[in-house]
Amino acid sequence: MSGVRVLVGTRKGAFILEADGKRDKWDVKGPFFAGFNMYHLKGSPVDPNRIYASQCSDWFGQLMQRSDDGGKTWEPVDNKFLYDGPTGKHLWYDGTPHPWEFKRVWHVEPSLSDPDTVYAGVEDAALFKTTDGGKSWVELAGLRTHPTGEKWCPGAGGMGLHTILIDPTNHNRMYGAISAAGAFRSEDAGVSWKPINNGLSSLHIPNPTAEVGHCVHRIAMHPSKPNTLFMQKHWDVLRTDDAGEKWTEVSGNLPTDFGFVIDVHAHEPETIFTVPIKSDSEHFPLDGALRVYRSKSGGNEWEAMTKGLPQENCYVNVLRDAMCVDSLEDCGVYFGTTGGQVYASADGGESWKAIVHDLPAVLSVEVQSLK
Amino acid sequence: MIRVQMPAHLRTLAKVVGEVSLEVEAPVTQRRLLDALEAKFPQLQGTIRDHVSKERRAYVRYFACMEDVSFAPMDAELPEDVVSGKEPFLVVGSLSGG
Repeated sequence: MSGVRVLVGTRKGAFILEADGKRDKWDVKGPFFAGFNMYHLKGSPVDPNRIYASQCSDWFGQLMQRSDDGGKTWEPVDNKFLYDGPTGKHLWYDGTPHPWEFKRVWHVEPSLSDPDTVYAGVEDAALFKTTDGGKSWVELAGLRTHPTGEKWCPGAGGMGLHTILIDPTNHNRMYGAISAAGAFRSEDAGVSWKPINNGLSSLHIPNPTAEVGHCVHRIAMHPSKPNTLFMQKHWDVLRTDDAGEKWTEVSGNLPTDFGFVIDVHAHEPETIFTVPIKSDSEHFPLDGALRVYRSKSGGNEWEAMTKGLPQENCYVNVLRDAMCVDSLEDCGVYFGTTGGQVYASADGGESWKAIVHDLPAVLSVEVQSLK
Repeated sequence: MIRVQMPAHLRTLAKVVGEVSLEVEAPVTQRRLLDALEAKFPQLQGTIRDHVSKERRAYVRYFACMEDVSFAPMDAELPEDVVSGKEPFLVVGSLSGG
């Protein structure tokens, strides 16, 4: 029988949750790397036993871990992330120039074709790549050195490259998103990049429709429609149907269009999920009711999914890397909260259950569908 | 042999229990001691000091013979009791709550 493996990164370690295809009984293992911020763990789509993890702390800096047996055992790999060439400067919070400084790896994105090749999105925003399974990392400096880089500014959480998407039909086409710079596209496997923020409007920046400076929180893609992307921006939910050339707001009837996560149903490319958050200064659900909103029309028309979710006194947040979907026949949807819960739906969002509920604050959730 | 004590997280990373013993060529300095530590345990590179500048990470402190030597020059010789192995060289994660 098929099964799933959920990789959970938290503020104080990583956890691995496994279940069979019914997804009603869960085996919880962890904490791995107890005490460390585990920003993100993700498995190779080519070899699901190969998992990469970003481990960091303010004390001991950045570490990278690799497992070759589905998370049972781990070995540290290279943790040297050195910017390639002069670092240059970006804008600081007060509008003054500030030198690029490596802080941590926010996101790891394994290649779709080679388990030894992985992209890493880091703070301060830059893209790194390994082609030897993590033994060494090199920067693809075209993103960081883009001429608009001097106008990028950190969001409240830092200036991280938090989203990396690879077009499954054309591995040279990649997308990245940075808070607070915006969305970018590469046509040459990450060597050079172009801002793709036409249609975004951010009222909190001097020029609301500027080429860069937008606080994009997350981008999601369905593999069958790689030219269509969905975006949860600081405020606003948007979509593009031409690979980012033009974005259109699809917030529609959402009760608030602030939020961090967005994802696409595994089998329905126009069914999307988001978790609305009250506002940029109140990072918790509206009215203390945790609701996933689902649109089956690719946006604009949204319905609240509440069954199994707390509908009162809930004041958690759902961070940008903390939602994912599995690819089982009945699509599973997962998200983690800063209150330490990981909720799962085995029926496309209709009903939810906390598969764990007392973990440290959840930073990221990824799921592997296992055969 | 030089004795080195590390915080629990770094012992876990290095897969050691208790103190670490190192051969360090004289004169024994912070830089040489840490070079030897990182050579023996490459996974510690970047966790105690910067990969390139070799500057101590902000929340790490060094102690020798009950003295905080964190701000001593990297190339200054360490106390004789550390060099002889009578006292350990301590790598300490600073206390910080919240």
